[in-house]
Amino acid sequence: MELKAELKYTKSHEWIAKDGDVATIGLTDYAQSELGDLVFVNLPEEGDEVTVGEAFGDVESVKAASDVYSPVTGTVSAVNEELLDAPESINEAPYDAWFIKVTDISEEEELLSAEEYEKFVEESEE
Amino acid sequence: MLLFEKSREGRGCAILPECDVPVVLPQEKDARKQPLHMPALSEPELSRHYTELAHKTRGVNDGFYPLGSCTMKYNPRVNEQIAALEGFNQIHPLQPQGTVQGCMEVMALAEKYLCEITGMDHMTLQPAAGAHGELTGLLLMKAYHTSKGNTHKTKILVPDSAHGTNPASAAMAGYTVVSIPSGDDGCVDIEKLKEAAGDDIAGLMLTNPNTVGLFDKNIREITQIVHDCGGLCYYDGANLNAVMGIVRPGDMGFDIVHLNLHKTFSTPHGGGGPGAGPVGCKEELAQFLPSVLVEKDGDDLHFTKPEHSIGEMKSFYGNFLVVVKALTYILTLGREGIPQASSNAVLNANYMMNQLKDLYTMAYDDICMHEFVMSLADLKKDTGISAMDIAKGLLDNNIHPPTMYFPLIVEEALMVEPTETESRETLDEAVAVFRQLHAQAAADPEGLHHAPTKTPVTRLDEVGAARHPHLRYHFED
Amino acid sequence: MGSYIPNTGKEQLEMLKSMGYSSMDDLFAAIPDDMKLKDGLALPEGKSELEVSRIMKGIAAKNRVFSSIFRGAGAYNHYIPAVVSSVLSNESVQTAYTPYQAEISQGLLQSIFEYQTMICDLTGMDASNASVYDGAEAAAEGIAMCRDKKRNRALISAAVLPAALETVKTYCFGNEIELEIIPEKNGVTDLDYLKEHMDKSVACVYIQHPNYYGNLEDAEAIGEIVHESGAKYIMGVNPISLGVLKTPAEYGADIAVGEGQPLGLPMAFGGPYLGFMACREKMMRKLPGRIVGQTVDADGKTGYVLTLQAREQHIRREKASSNICSNQALCALAVGVYLAAMGNEGLEKAATQCMSKAHYLADQLTGAGFAVENKGDFFHEFVTVSSKDTDKVLAALEKENILGGQKLDDHRILWCCTEMNTKEDMDLLVRIVKEV
Repeated sequence: MELKAELKYTKSHEWIAKDGDVATIGLTDYAQSELGDLVFVNLPEEGDEVTVGEAFGDVESVKAASDVYSPVTGTVSAVNEELLDAPESINEAPYDAWFIKVTDISEEEELLSAEEYEKFVEESEE
Repeated sequence: MLLFEKSREGRGCAILPECDVPVVLPQEKDARKQPLHMPALSEPELSRHYTELAHKTRGVNDGFYPLGSCTMKYNPRVNEQIAALEGFNQIHPLQPQGTVQGCMEVMALAEKYLCEITGMDHMTLQPAAGAHGELTGLLLMKAYHTSKGNTHKTKILVPDSAHGTNPASAAMAGYTVVSIPSGDDGCVDIEKLKEAAGDDIAGLMLTNPNTVGLFDKNIREITQIVHDCGGLCYYDGANLNAVMGIVRPGDMGFDIVHLNLHKTFSTPHGGGGPGAGPVGCKEELAQFLPSVLVEKDGDDLHFTKPEHSIGEMKSFYGNFLVVVKALTYILTLGREGIPQASSNAVLNANYMMNQLKDLYTMAYDDICMHEFVMSLADLKKDTGISAMDIAKGLLDNNIHPPTMYFPLIVEEALMVEPTETESRETLDEAVAVFRQLHAQAAADPEGLHHAPTKTPVTRLDEVGAARHPHLRYHFED
Repeated sequence: MGSYIPNTGKEQLEMLKSMGYSSMDDLFAAIPDDMKLKDGLALPEGKSELEVSRIMKGIAAKNRVFSSIFRGAGAYNHYIPAVVSSVLSNESVQTAYTPYQAEISQGLLQSIFEYQTMICDLTGMDASNASVYDGAEAAAEGIAMCRDKKRNRALISAAVLPAALETVKTYCFGNEIELEIIPEKNGVTDLDYLKEHMDKSVACVYIQHPNYYGNLEDAEAIGEIVHESGAKYIMGVNPISLGVLKTPAEYGADIAVGEGQPLGLPMAFGGPYLGFMACREKMMRKLPGRIVGQTVDADGKTGYVLTLQAREQHIRREKASSNICSNQALCALAVGVYLAAMGNEGLEKAATQCMSKAHYLADQLTGAGFAVENKGDFFHEFVTVSSKDTDKVLAALEKENILGGQKLDDHRILWCCTEMNTKEDMDLLVRIVKEV
């Protein structure tokens, strides 16, 4: 399981990078390996509101569909439309394959550090 | 090779004569400009093309087909012959009622017999499939609650072992789904059900025997709990083949039932349809039924529209020819044959399970109904061979695999439903194949990972198909 | 009497004993005794094949098979090439399950891929599913495809098949899409009303073309109005008409649906028929139901699989776009064979004859005391109004074993002609109704 120390994580397996007022959100390496080969992503539109703890999109593998949750409340300022044509990039480079960028953040859930997330995954595996 | 690749300009079949009246064509503004690309092939080529496709298709008559929850029983030939009669086939659905008394008699008899088998009071034959029946049944429920002013009833209880159509249908009817966990015995967890059964519950969807092949012995208590909170009980008829003539959903406490005529009543699956999903209900709900019902008036039959009907679920009266086939089947089996079909379906399933349970782990080691579920989780841990690998191995042995990875509550599930129309020899042979594959899992797992090898194609790239969908042939111009 | 159970009573007993049971009752021990049926089912005794055959033939004989049919209104009498029923009678194809096991279902999967291609080509669209129940239900599924978080209203023309309108209403009662009916004016959709009622809350507009009265709608203009508000445009079309009429894609539609019955399926008292659905590429993943895609196997050989399955109920459960599972696959096969046998030329011929004959009959009826109501172009259905009593006109035809048009009211009839109606039949019809 690959982790990046500079990122924060959620218990629903999203990573989040904060740069000033902008939060960038994607799926963790652990999530992509559990889901298997991803074949499609459903993304919100620019300008949509996202709410902490609620699904903002989903990813599909051949035999499953899983929601992707937002760790923050705010407005979608950018959407990575390249994922629509190349969902495999989530499998190949999960930390480069961001889903959305969020601004106007009014609420944020308690996030995990790389270490804490690693521990959380190990415990849930047992 | 596709039809379009075989097509050669100038070839064709001479189907229609020349026009015998002056030709009238649409005005320029409405005339088609896009070119048409229907294949140009002579009848011999066409006929051979489809024969070739048939060879690459596996039906019930090609061998054992123990596909759990699908009831792949033999499809009697006489049913097909009857449904092909001009007197059924060539009838326009909007003919005057006096000229379709035979069709109406088919509908009246089918309703009567299917109500008797399910313990219901009325039945609509309009739904075209099981899922269509589910939606119909849930809309009956919604109409009932609406009429009672029960607008606060917005939730439907669905066990976690349910077929995916149940929650999907509930959502289409505008309901929120509340998933009820199964207990360790695979049956509804009564305590959890009690917790969930509140004033906001519109109803419960359940199949019994359930999706793990067990008869839920608490069924009366379950339906009572739902009724006590003002909800209705919906019976998913997917598994009726286990209990016909032995116990009826109506006597278990269910208010609404859908049947799958293409499972239980021997009509062919047609590669995915057409089926038929009649919906039966208790008297109180009959006023909401869609379409029309047939009533007898002296010697004449006529259509009546239920007073507070939910409307239409599709055009006309349903997949009528499928109903003709099912009625033919019911008449053939009759009062003794129907329960015999069920008891032999249960016998065959138990017979197979008993000969496999020393090797394969049964998800629930109890007397099963018409199907049983094995979990290959242990095998996978020991050998790396998954339920999918065993399924693919069966393909090389001329056996259609059981249903895989369902129900979701059983890990690495294979769900086996032999049906009553298989002989003991067929079951014995299948058992031998299952046992041999189990041995191969340990001895030659690599070989199984590559199965099937004897089929027209090997394992297909489903990931590629879904990532870059190629859903039609593209013509050059 | 018949049971289709191979095992004899003796064999059944041996099987029971091999497991340590003595009777079938032992297998049903989990069912509470007081719940079981005491006296069996109140059904007739089982019967032999010959007896059942006699009974069912007797029932079929109570139906009237008309020698000539001038009624459409949702079910159409067309010629079905012999090769269609011959292909459909193949037992492997007829008795197969849904092709989830792709390795042993290549024939079926390929036939669906061919069907999808033909439906796309007919409608001018990019993607088609493998069929839904029928044309009316396809209309309802099409509308459900368009809803999103911001748009929850749908408009439907009053000039559509009544069953389609009723089905759409029922589905909207379920999924709580706000449905509004656009009235008709002079037998076509009222464009002024449509313009006034479009706004950003409208998800889609559904019209039928040719409409219920056979009229061609101003389909292009409607499309422009719909798209101006950013809504989706759904057209319900008669597939035979596409042999000569503009495709829904040419008219600007986003989704094309329709009743597939005219393409090689018998009238069969209303079913089984087939609903076809096709759309533009950007809506492809919103299509309900099964879809076949082309791919390769482990050795690089071309093959076909059910694809985009993550949209469907067995994976997405309550979040699926539709609950559809069983469809009308065998009917889709019939459509494929029909279109292959007809070819471009046959389909154009069928379409041309439908239109030409309807106009011939309309002209002839005009000289026999009927006035044609259709103001503009019509395809193969049209409405007459007359001082003659509809019931009497239809009864006079029935006496000669002719099924006349569909009664709209006491003086209006909806007629339909296809390639099946010869000039002689039409002349005879006119002679009979003239006398009424």
